[in-house]
Amino acid sequence: MLSPGSGNTVIKSKLISRRMFLITAAKAIVMFGLVGRLISLQINQATKYKSLSDKNRFREWKLAPERGAIKDFFDIEIASNEPLYQVHLVPENAKDLDNLFVRLKAILNITDKKVSYLKRVIKKQKPWEPVIVSENLDWADFSKINLFLHELEGVEPIVSVARTYPDNSSAHILGYVSQISAKDLQTKEYLQDLAVPGMAVGKTGLERKLDEQIIGKVGYQRYEVNAFGKRIREIKIDQGQAGKNFRTTLDYDVQKFTAELLKDKAAAVCVMDVYNGDIVSLVSSPTFEPNQFVHGLDKKYWNSLIKNEKKPLGNKALSGLYPPGSTIKTLVALSALENKIIRPLDTFRCKGKIELYGEKFHCWEKDGHGIVNLRKGIQRSCDVYFYEVARKLGVDRLSETAKRFGLGKKVLSDFIEERSGVVPNTKWKKKFIGQNWYLGETLHSGIGQGYFQSTPLQLCLMTAQIANGGFEIKPRIIFDERNDNLRKYLKYKNDNPNEPLPTDLLVSNFDLKPLFKNQEHINLIKDAMFSSSNEPGGTSYRHRLEDPNFTFAGKTGSSQIKRFTEAQREAEVKQESLPYKDRDHALFVAFAPYKNPQYAISVLVEHGGSGGKAAAPIAKKVIKKVLERHELRRSVNNQLGEAV
Amino acid sequence: MFQPRSIQSSLTLRDKILSIDYVLVFSMLILGITSMFAMYSTDGGEFKYHTNSHILRFFVFFVMFFLVSLVQIRFWHGTSYLIYFVIFILLLGVKYFGLTSSGSKRWLDLYFMNLQPSELMKIGLILFLAKYYHRISIENINSIRYLFIPITVLVAPIILVATQPDLGTSILIAAGGVVVAWLAGVRAKFFMFSGVAMIALLPVAISFLKPYQKSRILTFLNPERDPLGAGYQIIQSKIAIGSGGLFGKGFLNGSQSYLDYLPEKHTDFIFTLFSEEFGFFGSLFILLLYIIIIYRIIRTGNITRSNFGKLYCYSFATAFFFYVVVNMMMVLGLLPIVGSPLPIMSYGGSSMMAIMFGLGIVMSCKIYKDTPVN
Repeated sequence: MLSPGSGNTVIKSKLISRRMFLITAAKAIVMFGLVGRLISLQINQATKYKSLSDKNRFREWKLAPERGAIKDFFDIEIASNEPLYQVHLVPENAKDLDNLFVRLKAILNITDKKVSYLKRVIKKQKPWEPVIVSENLDWADFSKINLFLHELEGVEPIVSVARTYPDNSSAHILGYVSQISAKDLQTKEYLQDLAVPGMAVGKTGLERKLDEQIIGKVGYQRYEVNAFGKRIREIKIDQGQAGKNFRTTLDYDVQKFTAELLKDKAAAVCVMDVYNGDIVSLVSSPTFEPNQFVHGLDKKYWNSLIKNEKKPLGNKALSGLYPPGSTIKTLVALSALENKIIRPLDTFRCKGKIELYGEKFHCWEKDGHGIVNLRKGIQRSCDVYFYEVARKLGVDRLSETAKRFGLGKKVLSDFIEERSGVVPNTKWKKKFIGQNWYLGETLHSGIGQGYFQSTPLQLCLMTAQIANGGFEIKPRIIFDERNDNLRKYLKYKNDNPNEPLPTDLLVSNFDLKPLFKNQEHINLIKDAMFSSSNEPGGTSYRHRLEDPNFTFAGKTGSSQIKRFTEAQREAEVKQESLPYKDRDHALFVAFAPYKNPQYAISVLVEHGGSGGKAAAPIAKKVIKKVLERHELRRSVNNQLGEAV
Repeated sequence: MFQPRSIQSSLTLRDKILSIDYVLVFSMLILGITSMFAMYSTDGGEFKYHTNSHILRFFVFFVMFFLVSLVQIRFWHGTSYLIYFVIFILLLGVKYFGLTSSGSKRWLDLYFMNLQPSELMKIGLILFLAKYYHRISIENINSIRYLFIPITVLVAPIILVATQPDLGTSILIAAGGVVVAWLAGVRAKFFMFSGVAMIALLPVAISFLKPYQKSRILTFLNPERDPLGAGYQIIQSKIAIGSGGLFGKGFLNGSQSYLDYLPEKHTDFIFTLFSEEFGFFGSLFILLLYIIIIYRIIRTGNITRSNFGKLYCYSFATAFFFYVVVNMMMVLGLLPIVGSPLPIMSYGGSSMMAIMFGLGIVMSCKIYKDTPVN
């Protein structure tokens, strides 16, 4: 204190203290700043940062739900699920990807192409997203992977489920499933939340129609992950929901039987319950192997499907369009009767052809049928008779009847592949072709040629509605939409033969929609169909079933592909001698048993020649099979409280 | 004339112990214990390497702190230059024999510990300059002749440390030195000139920066620039602190650190971890402890008679303040990530040693507050 420099020291000390005061003030300000920042982060923005922290912390893995099964009428699964052994790879868990692929190649059969594809996928994805190395391993390979697992870091053996079909008999109506495509995601809203790797969606048929309900609800696993994406622990698991199971009206036994019959042919068969519209069988041939589509299609197989001229991928019963040919004659006759154009016993003379404005219209029977009335016209399928009837009837009245019986519009709903066909009339031609209607075209329409286009399913429906006495039915393929009014009505009528109520009142009581003006006309047509199948001279007489329990009534048809030239007609060229592509499509429609109709059938054989030769024999066998199983089917329906 | 030297050199041990600043010691202890909890949490709730060695170091250096306190301030004044030079030689040693870790050469292998002399230099420089400005008379403070030595002793270690490279520590060393000069009365004009000069030299300095250092600065200016790269640390640190909210996620429940989102959680980002687990109130608690410690150091400066003591305490308090504030601003996203530990809280032996040594000298000033140093 009292040192020589003490004054100096005191001044210095004061200076130091003054400056320190400034610094301390600055410190206080900075401290307040820090506290302010803490308030801002931890109080004002806490919610934001909490959610960011959770986003860091949790990661979700989606689990593909199990697809619902599709069953036949008797509860047999015709589209089910099987365990599937897969190998996934999580790139971030693998130490050395190149090395790993070399090892995997040695254990599994992976091509170099697949490896380079996988590497490209890995580059595009997040490192924790798994890639599927092998879609579908057999048990031997799968256990081999498990054996070597300790040296395959990043590889995960996965047991999941995949669609499987017992055989390919119902491939077309069931459709197939395949990986979600970018287009699926854009067009189908219900898939937005379902985009799980390895998830299959229905692409055609029932699989597509039912996709939204059958696909189920996606589950997820929520994991806490660390900064490197490694799963630390499972937080929550939601198994999702398996898709709904569906029972169809199909009979798997009949499906198999029919598919076997049609093997190697380009053909289609539809069988329908004439009262409730249950589709008992719907087969298209040749078929394809739907199981092949589940795990990424083999290119060779795909090419073989695409190049096959019998078009195995298309469902001919739903989307094949064919002129109905002579099968339409039932409706032409009915329309003429209903419109009072002809009476049943009115006759025409068939000399093998008629001429109209210089154009010749031939009957298939070169020498003619002689005197022909309605019954004989249908029995023999006389073209000339129907030229005359059609000429008098006119195409517009014909088209009205044809539409009423289900032609020209889709029969089922939500099958993207189903087509509506064409029922031509004058307005239609003006609108779509831009020309006036010619009388000659009416004549062609009268025998189901020309602009007429129909699917085998439509022809089946048409036949069913004739068979059941002329009432509208709504065909169905999913079991649970019960509507059995028509059977109840018939039962009621049977039990009360002396019903005082007029028929039309009764019909409306049962909420039925008759398609006729006079039911007698329907009976006339059924009778004529009976004669066609069961009386000598009938076009399918050779293939009749004589047992009254199985007796069917049918109508043949052939839809012309190429016009016969006069020379060919003169030379009586047989269908069999024509090149395959030029032969007519063979058609046959029928219902059985005749006395108490239960089922209607339509058969198409592409390029099969005449309906009587190619289609009727198939129909005969299928009808027998279906009727043999009728009691079984009835008993199931009885249990469900349906009328007999 | 002179206060008899015997008055204070004859202080009994009892006198000495009675005049220890217990508020300061108590705050240090609480902070130390808090840091142990934080360290235990970084080890995932187990007594593992970091926790055990942090606890050991804290107590070893806490004992050293007492030993340093009990030594007369006159001794520390007397050996100030020597201490500086020893540390300087150690720094030179780092240059030639240093251990390299993650791209920078900062450590000397002393067998029982890896010493980081740059941490010690923070104290060494303050000691040197406090003594220097204590000794020169007030008239000479602003003469150019007397600025030569301070600038030399300031710049030489800074260059050595900055080229290790360790930008953060060299800035903090410089800050400590500049504060002594400022407190001693070097004219504001002079600091302004050097400031302008530094800004002018900035482009040159930037060209010497390593790419990762440049990227850190750019990242600080815009953390979302590269959220998975250089900006990652700042973003994750902010998420951790912010998500702590008012009360925190709870002890051992800091998901950000537990799941390894937090970088350097033992050292530079220890505050982040604590703040995540104990929230706003936890952060305030830590801040309060630091404020108390800094206040007690300043108070010691106020009551110390010698200008050496005053200069040292005030400078050390300010430097200490810098260490705390720079680290906190860094983890709060207010400064670029420069790499500076939080005193006492952070894991790191040299930093703990330097801080305890520095605080020991403060305590020695307190005990010998009335003793003139020369």
